[in-house]
Amino acid sequence: MKSLMTAWLATALLLVSQLAQANLTIEITRGNESATPIAVVPFAGGEGLPEDVAQVIHDDLERSGYFEPLPRRQMMDQPASANEVRYGDWKALDVRYLVVGSAEREGDGYRLRFELMDVSGEKRMLGEVVTADSGELRGAAHYISDQVFEAITDIRGAFSTRIAYVTSQGVGDNMQFALYVADADGHNSQQVLSSREPILSPAWSPDGRKLAYVSFETERPAIYVQELGSGKRARISSFQGLNGAPAWSPDGRRLAMSLSKDGQPEIYVMDIGSRDLQRITNDSAIDTEPFWAPDGRSLLFTSDRSGGPQIYRHDLASGEQKRVTFTGNYNARGRFSPDGESLFLIHRSGNGFQVARQDLESGRLVTLSDSRWDESPSVAPNGTMVIFATQQGNSGVLGAVTADGRASFRLPSAQGDVREPAWSPFMN
Amino acid sequence: MQFKPYARSLAVALSLALVAGCSSTGGTQDGSMDGTRDGSGASSTGVSDGRASGSGYGGTAGASGQQADGRIPQQRTIYFEFDSDRIRTEFEPVLAANARYLRENGNARVVLQGHTDERGTREYNMALGERRARSVEQFLSVQGVSPSQVEVVSYGEERPAARGQNEEAFAQNRRVVFAY
Repeated sequence: MKSLMTAWLATALLLVSQLAQANLTIEITRGNESATPIAVVPFAGGEGLPEDVAQVIHDDLERSGYFEPLPRRQMMDQPASANEVRYGDWKALDVRYLVVGSAEREGDGYRLRFELMDVSGEKRMLGEVVTADSGELRGAAHYISDQVFEAITDIRGAFSTRIAYVTSQGVGDNMQFALYVADADGHNSQQVLSSREPILSPAWSPDGRKLAYVSFETERPAIYVQELGSGKRARISSFQGLNGAPAWSPDGRRLAMSLSKDGQPEIYVMDIGSRDLQRITNDSAIDTEPFWAPDGRSLLFTSDRSGGPQIYRHDLASGEQKRVTFTGNYNARGRFSPDGESLFLIHRSGNGFQVARQDLESGRLVTLSDSRWDESPSVAPNGTMVIFATQQGNSGVLGAVTADGRASFRLPSAQGDVREPAWSPFMN
Repeated sequence: MQFKPYARSLAVALSLALVAGCSSTGGTQDGSMDGTRDGSGASSTGVSDGRASGSGYGGTAGASGQQADGRIPQQRTIYFEFDSDRIRTEFEPVLAANARYLRENGNARVVLQGHTDERGTREYNMALGERRARSVEQFLSVQGVSPSQVEVVSYGEERPAARGQNEEAFAQNRRVVFAY
């Protein structure tokens, strides 16, 4: 218990100002030509609000790659409710769906009312009143985006989720690292940890309340688990050698990880409560980057047992291990899609490293990203997008691409390199 | 918070440790840069040069096979080919000098810091950096250095010595550093 307390005390040191910000902005780099045209009309009464609610919804829908929102200047009319909509005007603009609404202050917070219309069918699909506390206006807008997205696509929206990422500045022995969490659109960033030693591999617990990560703050790699609400944390793995690549089991009770305490890096599964370790791999190769199947019954991992890095799957019941990737001589850091039917990974092509998706049934591999230095893919909880680390100029930035590769965007940062993104689970 | 007094003393201890760590490894890089850059000193990152003048290690970097006079060898970084943990022949004298120092100073301890270039995934590179450092560890062991004097820590691609996506930067980053 005492060592746990010490670990927590050390946290207090490293938790630099919660006010430290590293917000990311969005740049759409590739639009989806077959995206559905939609219009999000500015909310009536929204002029004096601290956030432009309709613009937040517009940006969410555009970033998803599923929608192409109509620019405001092309709107002939700005209805505030379903009964004010003249469908002919919107049909003339080839708009398929229409979002209208109004906003007003209510006590210390806000009251938002929105409606979604099917323009071709001339019918109202959805209508709801949303109340938001002061400071929660963007959150309310993301909630509306989630409702609109699901009503049209039948896919649960992931606009109210969060991302974790690592920033670094400097070079060699003069570096500064920080771990952040932010909204999925890069806003509302909060520093979780700051250190002069490397931080990497953040992973969200399935309930979205904790992060596991690797920190070198003791000048040795160790795995920590930190509660985001309280900032409390514990060092849960600090064996001799590598302590890396933490991955939560779907039930949140175990962590898979890579440890080299017995020589080569091997995959282990730790019971978080008891700290008991179960060894999963046993060979003279590198075994790392474990990731759990959504059903919790198997693990992906990267191994160079065939000569170069390839992805393997370990069945937890039978202990059987099968190679999964065969296209090319470098495939690593596999991540299952939420439905378990495909995996996202880093694939080396003739032109560097890209994010790729492989269908597990057919084995077919499709490259999704298009720069030379892409890494660390992390899948949105609804499986529609993958966020990853890439390079823009000489800086590390985050990029995202739809699971079908049709649309992509980047999240540049004002300062330093940004990498190691981890997309949170659904938060509600 | 109720932990403040203890936290403050910890903070002092930690920052002292950081200062100590920086000054000792700061010199490491400089000496090695002078000795081992492949003749193309033109496009330096600027960082190593600045540090050299600041830390006082700069001007004296000499031959790798320095006499064992109880002083830590000047050259403490060796470099690797892409995707390789093989010790290059040209760096064997560097390893020999460090091995001799460790043999003759039984109380000396060294951390072998393994590094990779940035190509490939971070955790896989963490494993490759460890493999490089272990290959140096094995070399030292064959040269009679006691295993108790040596520890391996991989930094993977997390602490590049040079920035940029080009072969010159990559070559400077694929390294093992002797941190005494």
